[in-house]
Amino acid sequence: MDLVVAVLFQLIYVIANLALISLGLAIIFGMMRVINLAHGEFLMLGGYTVVVATNMGINIWVSMLILAPLVVGIIGVIVERLLIRWLYGRMVDTLLATWGLSLLLVGIVTSIFGASTATTVSPPLGAVRIGAYSASGYELFLILITIALLVAVWLTLRYTKLGLLARGTMQNAEMASSLGVSTSRIYMITFGLGAAVSGLAGGLLAPMTGVLPTIGATYIAKAFITVISGGASILAGTTVGSILLGGINGIFSFIAGSTFGEIALLLAAIILLRLMPRGITGRFFRKSL
Amino acid sequence: MLRQMRPTLVYALLGIVFMFAAPHVLQLFTIINLTTAIALAILALSLALIWGYGGILCFGQVAFFGLGAYVYTISAINIGGSTWAILIAVLLTSAFAAALGYFIFFGRVSDVYLGVITLTVTLIFFSLIRRTSGPEYKIGKALLGGFNGVSSPPINLPWDARTFLFPEQVFYVAMAALILCYVFVGWLVNTKFGRVCVSIRENELRSELLGYDVRLYKLGIFTIGAGIAAVGGVMFCNGVGRITPDVFNLYNAALTIIWVIVGGRGTLIGPIGATFALFYLTSALGGQSVLNNNLVLGVILIVFVLLVPKGVAPTVIDWVNRRRRKRPVRSRRRRRGRAEDAR
Repeated sequence: MDLVVAVLFQLIYVIANLALISLGLAIIFGMMRVINLAHGEFLMLGGYTVVVATNMGINIWVSMLILAPLVVGIIGVIVERLLIRWLYGRMVDTLLATWGLSLLLVGIVTSIFGASTATTVSPPLGAVRIGAYSASGYELFLILITIALLVAVWLTLRYTKLGLLARGTMQNAEMASSLGVSTSRIYMITFGLGAAVSGLAGGLLAPMTGVLPTIGATYIAKAFITVISGGASILAGTTVGSILLGGINGIFSFIAGSTFGEIALLLAAIILLRLMPRGITGRFFRKSL
Repeated sequence: MLRQMRPTLVYALLGIVFMFAAPHVLQLFTIINLTTAIALAILALSLALIWGYGGILCFGQVAFFGLGAYVYTISAINIGGSTWAILIAVLLTSAFAAALGYFIFFGRVSDVYLGVITLTVTLIFFSLIRRTSGPEYKIGKALLGGFNGVSSPPINLPWDARTFLFPEQVFYVAMAALILCYVFVGWLVNTKFGRVCVSIRENELRSELLGYDVRLYKLGIFTIGAGIAAVGGVMFCNGVGRITPDVFNLYNAALTIIWVIVGGRGTLIGPIGATFALFYLTSALGGQSVLNNNLVLGVILIVFVLLVPKGVAPTVIDWVNRRRRKRPVRSRRRRRGRAEDAR
């Protein structure tokens, strides 16, 4: 019984982890049809923000929950103004430009902090006991905060004025702008928010993974695949995609080790896209957010 | 046909001259380095074909390049000679690409998703082969070696496994392979098949309504591109002397895209030239520590996407044409980012 709970906990953690790293990308892709290949580097910047801030003596919770999203959100807005906004509607060009941005950010961070880990931050919470087994309290915290983040995004989209304007812009940008919505501002804010969520995720994961300039590469493929498999709906897509792919990853990792878990995830995504080229939410749950 | 291929043949001729002149002028070290660059240029050529002419944005062209190199190395170790190994490498890689392409094109997966799938395949190879350190991972006599890779046996004379080629001679082989691939691709894009592929790139729906099976044409050009990338892979592991999983990483995948974008989509000589230029730029940057390689490549990619979206070669060709005719050229009215199909 305890074993089942412990394994289930691990499985849920893998799913939550996937949802956490994909959500920022999903917001940007779902709202703006922009695939941001620098997403992994936004996560990396979030991680570096936390490391630098805690080294300067700032409380780790403050630096994770407030500073990381703030810093990366601001960087996101700058990036949108300088780079992305020239490329709306040109999906492939955006893809390439953000890939360039990703290399650029890796280069900048490497030049400043060096190619290896600066200083690691240790996870701030102790262990939680599940019967005879113990699980990391920080993993539990990550699961909870992922759920909270998903709920917060849903509330924002569903009940706030910004959410309404954003959904309108997402459905029909021309109509929205002729009704007096500044779509350019909406895009800027959305990109900033997406970046902020990525920064938060990167900050939260920093104690688990450590930080490296090239750590974005380990996130980007998984996040990318989850979002594309999930399809265009931001929340439903991310959730369903994470549950499916994270579930497969977790199960195969448990059976055959973590590398095979990753490979199973990638193979599942390829087969899924062959069957449903528009992603899961392109076929099911179409009306969802 | 011959008239359209004239520029291709001129470049090929220049290549032949270079091939015979270089070893007399340059030092052995430079020649060995050059072999690696030539192999990468073949890779760039393959992407120039399928992206520039087929309109297929494949993020994982390095997957076929690396696969070709691995298959060559493993079969050369097992067979004990390179002749069949080269054939097996090219055929097996093409077959793999055909299977993958069947999934993609007959599933009607669109641009961006296609990029994701091909990138995914590349990363699968990366994480799969990285794991294979240890004596239990071997294919026949060849140990896969995980992170450290496998050392590749050098090319030998056809059907004479004991006469290995020296690095200088490998250079001739690589250069000849590049020239042959270049002429072949230059010929291919001027055949009916190539023209249909270009029309699919320009307007997929219209081509389909004209009665062409778009899926089949795309699959065809994708498979041929993969075969050429495999040739590049074979030359690469010969130039470097070993093959490691690092060929499959994200950086190399990006690099391939950058060569084609900088050189120009819709030309063949552009991406080849860009490969040589960037290869020497990155080696020069490797010697100093002020500017990071990633930083420079990132800036190059962004600048080209924003400011020179056509790439160097088409921009130069346009400029020359305009100078020559002293009036606006027709190609300017064509769709943005598509270069004139001069070569």
